Amino acid sequence: MAAITTTALVKEYPGGVRGVDGVDVTVADGEFFALLGPSGCGKTTLLRSIAGLESITEGTLQIGDRDVTHLEPGERGVAMVFQDYALFPHMDVADNIAYPLKIKRVGKGPRRTTATEVGEGLSLHGLMQRRPAQLSGGQQQRVALARAVATRPEVLLLDEPLSNLDARLRLEARTFLKELQRELGVTTVFVTHDQAEALALADRIAVMKAGRLQQVGTPREVFSRPVNTFVAGFIGSTPMNLVEAETADGGVRVAGAIAPLPVGAQGAVADGAPVVWGARPEYLRWSTEPVDGGIEAEVSVIENLGASVLVSAHSGEVRLQLVVAEDDEPSPGDRGWVVATPRRSLLFDSESTDLIG
Amino acid sequence: MSATGTAAGPGLRRQPGRRRRADDVAGLGRVRAGLFVAPALALIGLFLVFPAVWTIYLGMTDYRLTGLAAANPEFVGLDNFATALGDDEFWHSLWLTLIFVLVSGVIGQTLLGFSVAWALRRVRGWVKSVIETLVLAAWVVPASVASFLWLALLDRRTGTLNALLGTEGTAWLIEYPMVAIIVFNVWVGTAFSMLLFSSALAAVPPSQLESARMVGAGSWQQLRDVVLPNIRGHILTNTLLITLWTFNTFTPYLLTAGGPRDESAILAVYIYTTAIPGGQLGMGAAISLIMLLINLVIALGYLRVARAASGGRR
Repeated sequence: MAAITTTALVKEYPGGVRGVDGVDVTVADGEFFALLGPSGCGKTTLLRSIAGLESITEGTLQIGDRDVTHLEPGERGVAMVFQDYALFPHMDVADNIAYPLKIKRVGKGPRRTTATEVGEGLSLHGLMQRRPAQLSGGQQQRVALARAVATRPEVLLLDEPLSNLDARLRLEARTFLKELQRELGVTTVFVTHDQAEALALADRIAVMKAGRLQQVGTPREVFSRPVNTFVAGFIGSTPMNLVEAETADGGVRVAGAIAPLPVGAQGAVADGAPVVWGARPEYLRWSTEPVDGGIEAEVSVIENLGASVLVSAHSGEVRLQLVVAEDDEPSPGDRGWVVATPRRSLLFDSESTDLIG
Repeated sequence: MSATGTAAGPGLRRQPGRRRRADDVAGLGRVRAGLFVAPALALIGLFLVFPAVWTIYLGMTDYRLTGLAAANPEFVGLDNFATALGDDEFWHSLWLTLIFVLVSGVIGQTLLGFSVAWALRRVRGWVKSVIETLVLAAWVVPASVASFLWLALLDRRTGTLNALLGTEGTAWLIEYPMVAIIVFNVWVGTAFSMLLFSSALAAVPPSQLESARMVGAGSWQQLRDVVLPNIRGHILTNTLLITLWTFNTFTPYLLTAGGPRDESAILAVYIYTTAIPGGQLGMGAAISLIMLLINLVIALGYLRVARAASGGRR
């Protein structure tokens, strides 16, 4: 078990494109750590640099107390599960799991024993003689995990671990993955573009954009205190409302109405400053009666989310989305008031897009 | 349990698919459909089936290029076959062909083609284009031109090779006729294996190679554990085609004419020298037929291996 530390890590491709552009991050020993971001943000490049599959252009990488910046992938004590699992189609499950041991010149007997042991730990008993093509997606994933952990690596890397599974299986696998990680206590870094996956699985999340870290924090921190509008818009299953606004009269002028000043921003901004006002749809309330600080709006679209609905309401040019419980569901064309709580809304600087409070 | 179900699935589903294929999908009806195919069938019949049948017939006559037997060939049954199979020259030629196919085709072209493809797999840009173009050029140049180039290269008095090596006066085509035609054939045919293996290598999933790298597998182990198993089918196809082509090639005649004496008379050349300069057309036809049968046996053998290999995979 070991921590991972990157210092000013840069991966530059021929032609000067920087996939990873000066990343400083420390993943604690035994932590379940997510690299999150849109495609092309450098999260996979960072993961592959840790794995040793990409050469590091500048900066250093430490695993435990070893500097592994220039070590071969096989010498880093790192195991990786690929997005497509990368099982060897011509080997059965047991041989696939035992492959790392074969390369390490472990004898056939002990190899079989370990494969069976690890396989059973991942409920693969009875499947050891199958070829990968004869397995379901979930089983294939467990074989890939078994192969990765068979050598007891210090660090486990997962590239989009859930994206090749269908939606229902994904939830199951998510729980399974978290249990496995807890059980093994192995430092784990995984890449995902799905913020829900990152929020659900990770102890801490690093949000990336254009090769740079935007924010590193616990799921709760990243969700409730995003450092800028990019993170705010990226995290959350329904995107945060981000509205151009202006501080005025001790509040925020949003679409003509004066919403209460977010708690964190009190005393941090003067009146008349241009800001971006942010509020998550889950934290907005719909009122059919006029409310002090409410934003009057007309409902345009209703989207059913099951136990709740996502309401899109327009106030002039400004569109606000809010989640309303199924019993209080308005109809398209209804007029009412969108009410924000000061404790659950945020202000961002309109120039730098950074969080004010 | 569920996996057993899916494994059995395709087999069960194939039945109705086969029935549908037998149906009249295009809605043409038998006669009209037949009319569409007729021109193609006529051409195949005229240029493939008829000559083949004619060869069988010729093989059973004493048909000669000149003389009495040219005007009135007589039916001699299986005499020609018996003569050929009892002839040392035939067995010598077959032996030479075997060496030629094994060394120049199976070993030379396949290994060299694979090595070039393997070496070029990470190379990009103009270096790759130049090398590929050179190798391909050897393949697309007409055989007559290629052999003329090699005659110039290997010539005893003014040959380029002798000038390069300082081995003036060495008559390569006379002193080492088999080596000469083997090297020549490797030079001509490597392009095909190279192309086939480049595309095969491109289809090997990079994540499998990287998985092997992650656990510390070196180049050789990656080749053995990931690349070769993944391209097994391509290796088989390549070997089959190369074997048949090399077995049937006549181009070496343009270099050595089978000589000196019959030291480089591989089977195709032996048939030619028997039938045309030797004048024994019936005999030539009989040996051609034997050659055709050997081809068939080779092809069937490969098919069996291929089927066993893909069967083992499922």
